[in-house]
Amino acid sequence: MDIGTFRGITALLVMIAFLGVVFWAYSKRRKQDFDEAKNLPFADEDDQKIRDSSYTNDRTTSRQDEGDKNS
Amino acid sequence: MSTAFEHPTYNYKVVRQFAIMTVVWGIVGMALGVFIAAQLVWPELNFGLPWTSFGRLRPLHTNAVIFAFGGSALIATSYYVVQRTCQTRLISDKLAAFTFWGWQLVIVLAAITLPLGFTTSKEYAELEWPIDILIAVVWIAYAIVFLGTIQQRKTSHIYVANWFYAAFILTIAVLHIVNSAEIPVSAMKSYSAYAGTIDAMAQWWYGHNAVGFLLTAGFLGMMYYFVPKQAERPVYSYRLSIVHFWALITTYMWAGSHHLHYTALPDWAQSLGMIMSIILLAPSWGGMINGMMTLSGAWHKLRTDPTLRFLVVALSFYGMSTFEGPMMAVKTVNALSHYTDWTIGHVHSGALGWVAMITIGSMYHLIPRLFGGIEMYSVKLIAVHFWLATIGTVLYITSMWVNGILQGLMWRAVNADGTLMYTFVEALEASHPGYVVRFIGGAFFAFGMLLMAYNVYMTTRSIAREQEPVLQTA
Repeated sequence: MDIGTFRGITALLVMIAFLGVVFWAYSKRRKQDFDEAKNLPFADEDDQKIRDSSYTNDRTTSRQDEGDKNS
Repeated sequence: MSTAFEHPTYNYKVVRQFAIMTVVWGIVGMALGVFIAAQLVWPELNFGLPWTSFGRLRPLHTNAVIFAFGGSALIATSYYVVQRTCQTRLISDKLAAFTFWGWQLVIVLAAITLPLGFTTSKEYAELEWPIDILIAVVWIAYAIVFLGTIQQRKTSHIYVANWFYAAFILTIAVLHIVNSAEIPVSAMKSYSAYAGTIDAMAQWWYGHNAVGFLLTAGFLGMMYYFVPKQAERPVYSYRLSIVHFWALITTYMWAGSHHLHYTALPDWAQSLGMIMSIILLAPSWGGMINGMMTLSGAWHKLRTDPTLRFLVVALSFYGMSTFEGPMMAVKTVNALSHYTDWTIGHVHSGALGWVAMITIGSMYHLIPRLFGGIEMYSVKLIAVHFWLATIGTVLYITSMWVNGILQGLMWRAVNADGTLMYTFVEALEASHPGYVVRFIGGAFFAFGMLLMAYNVYMTTRSIAREQEPVLQTA
């Protein structure tokens, strides 16, 4: 095999691997898993014990916060 | 009272130890940096002694900031993040304690041997073979603690920050062990197992990936936990984080040869390094955009929260230096920039702007929580620190841009008959004002670290006092 063909095949394989990762990550089936994983930093309740009620990690307050256009 | 400090599930003790040492080594490493910057302005500060000469203190500065400050910050935050996102205690308290004392021993040994002149002469891998073995042992223990903790996690997923930390830990182990392969000839002297150009390539494969995995992937792990936490919203796109993780770690490995442009390294290897460096822009900016966009809808928090400001400005500098890096890896740009102060400016745009700022921001989030509170002693002092750090970084990198381009142009200028237009010393003389500005910028940054130390000390004291009657005062 000549070096040009080899380089072409390598580039193709890398592209296939990259597209594979993209399709895997963006497939619908993964959505629920990723949504769970995404919230892991907020999943342990430790902070709430020492925070008062006006300053919690509760997702509802955060969602109200997301609607806040004060920026 | 001390029981109030102890978390019922997690091992916070080792995190506290590493977090405090992050601040301590940050001050030591940056003060050394300011001192050697002063030596470049006033060469008399070498004192005519071998132990205090620039050539011996410079590797001490780089080792102190990268491995002592950066390393302690990474180990502290990785132990904290892995416990909290896996909802389990570290797999072994004893082994975790061993990583702390082992790592501190490595740093102390570096501080003794480097000024004495023991060096392998490999940049960022100067430490001699007995210390290299100790580093390998401590690092493998660290890998066992971290990966073992992931293995016994109570959650079903492994949060993306842990992916970045794991990639950093495994890769640094491989890099260190391969690049430090050396043949000892006496107790404190060894020769590299590689020869000539291959030695240079092994060294810059190591050097570049130390930047790519320790100073980038590791700190991205930090970013993926502390930015969402401080902004109080989950990361912008979890999918993007996965794509840019795999793209980043695949691409970084191949970019090291851009440190060897126009050397004896085969031309194809230089071009490969250049092209991989340019491709690297995409995954780097994927991470930056993901971090920045996490703040959408929360930008107003920047007005009142200087800790968040640290984290966001760190991401901006990350975006800036990951644009500058690929640009400097282009051979024609490199022909101008290489061996000049531009390189040093680029490194510090990453090291001060990205690495130090993301660390400082994370520490301001982390430290009060480690001691049972939620807020630092003085938020105002954090704001002052933020401005000192930002102004310091900007002074540093702009002076080095000016110096670098000036040096590059003066070195390449030729007369009509082909002789050099300037002597080296003329270029050095022209660099003097830039060195003064760099010294001032560095001093700003280091002074900010002293404010941080005061703030941390007062935080631990005031929280301890508050906790005497009731735990609930925040």
